Amino acid sequence: MSYRLDAFKKASFCRHFENQVYQNAQKKHIKFPMYLSAGQEYIPASIATIMESKGIEPNIFIQHRGHSTYLSFGASPVELVDELLGKKTGCAGGMGGSASIHSHEKNIFGHDGLMGSQVPIAVGHCYSTRKPTIVTMGDASAEEDYVMGALGWASTKNLPILFIVEDNNLSILTEKKVRRNWEMDDVAKAFKMKAVNIQDDPLVIKMHLEDYNFEGPMLLNINTNRKYWHSGAGQDGDNFDRYENELKALGEEATKIDLENKQLVEKLWEQQLGIQ
Amino acid sequence: MGTTVRDTIKEITRKHLIEGKGKCYGQCLTAVGWVGGTLPELYEEDGMVELSMADVAGGAIVTGVALAGGRPIYVVRYQGFQWYNAVSIVNYAAKSKELWNRPCPILVRSIAMEGGVGPVAGSSHHSLVSRMPGIKVISPMTPREYQYAYDSYMNDDEPYYISEHRKSYDNEDELRTFIDDKEVDFTIFPLSITRLEMTKLVELAGAENITLNIIHQLWIKPFNISPLWAQALNRSKYGGLVTDDDYVDGVASSMANELSLVTTKRVHTLGLDPRTAGFHPSVDNLPPSAEKILEKLKQIKNGI
Repeated sequence: MSYRLDAFKKASFCRHFENQVYQNAQKKHIKFPMYLSAGQEYIPASIATIMESKGIEPNIFIQHRGHSTYLSFGASPVELVDELLGKKTGCAGGMGGSASIHSHEKNIFGHDGLMGSQVPIAVGHCYSTRKPTIVTMGDASAEEDYVMGALGWASTKNLPILFIVEDNNLSILTEKKVRRNWEMDDVAKAFKMKAVNIQDDPLVIKMHLEDYNFEGPMLLNINTNRKYWHSGAGQDGDNFDRYENELKALGEEATKIDLENKQLVEKLWEQQLGIQ
Repeated sequence: MGTTVRDTIKEITRKHLIEGKGKCYGQCLTAVGWVGGTLPELYEEDGMVELSMADVAGGAIVTGVALAGGRPIYVVRYQGFQWYNAVSIVNYAAKSKELWNRPCPILVRSIAMEGGVGPVAGSSHHSLVSRMPGIKVISPMTPREYQYAYDSYMNDDEPYYISEHRKSYDNEDELRTFIDDKEVDFTIFPLSITRLEMTKLVELAGAENITLNIIHQLWIKPFNISPLWAQALNRSKYGGLVTDDDYVDGVASSMANELSLVTTKRVHTLGLDPRTAGFHPSVDNLPPSAEKILEKLKQIKNGI
């Protein structure tokens, strides 16, 4: 299978998973706030596909809206469903909810709820292990002061760490231009780190990661669009949808994969909800 | 001359880095003074790691080291700086085991000053972290106690907040609990640097015919009340007093409450005055001295 189809397979699974989460939250099967990553799934789907092709198993530090990162890097969807249903068999024993998910098996580290705290924690972990590390943050979390301090130290120590900013231009509903007049790639460059500001196009992401082998820190600010609001309370309007775009562009084979994923995810939720 | 607390910390750190291949993190560690002479003169290649001056990020970076199993020592030169540094220690390291079954042990050396450093950096701030679950808080003031605190940390999988005090660094004596088997006037439960006032307090109180039990408090959290302490407190005519080097609206009041609940006695508190410390001695806010503690005892005795 081609890189683009591999990435689509992951992204499509994530999209159907998040649609199910949204629907089950609407039906009150899920009883606490959900932080959905639909619309942004092409970022982790692309990066995970590239890492697999390189045979790299990174340590991964995520934040809320991290379902797609968790799923793309191969952590258990059954355990994620159980977590969202508050079961002890969930990936965080039913304590993590939507925001604090993790996976021992896939080296995915959970988040404590303080926006952006995963960034300095990832930097410290990477300093100690010197293993390839990926840390994701939103464009709002990136503004936290301790994120800046961590970027500076990672650069000073030349750590093998990839910073990913999932930039949907919004903090809840406040646009980036209201909050700041600068971009994260400029900040990273000021810290003497490689950095780019790109779209969530899987081919563009691949182009920037193809020759990157964690020889030092790098930051990708990736522009994207979210489908659901913060906490899944509503839906954004008619934004460009990378998943829909790829589904159309990739044709029949993608349509088949997409249908299989939809059925797989629906069955998974029915099974874990105990619906016959 | 015996071994001081300073020598003990220095030797523990040297062994942790050189023999244990561990690391020690902090700001300006290798500067003149080596944190009050408590650090061996080692550098990054030996495991003495200088962080940047970004306090909040620094605490979280060391949390990440701990998450990777590095068992770090983290030096915070002024306890007041914990308002920045402790963020990830109490919100991540202390919760990680419970949330994700990933232990995150860090030894945090949190150093209190003996005044003269203004509104933030003076005195202890251990109440700040003690309210949070998943962290242990201990305040060693003697060489053996410090060694015990370190050994406990190395055999545990939780973060440890070591509430240190610079005034204890020259101390080479052990502090002994004294419980009279007869009725006394008061039982004192001293914490942190107020423990070093107890010898003088006993002398001053004796001169005024006030009798005391002295029950030194090494552990702040967990605070486990021994049956012997409860019995001693029940034999105290005027109850108990917890003395602290922090504001009393924290661990001192919490301990006093716990002690009151398991005995029939009232337990009072004495710590920093409830006001901001200034730099000049005339406006500073220092931990209670033996004289001030005695004054408090006399007020309680006289029903003031």
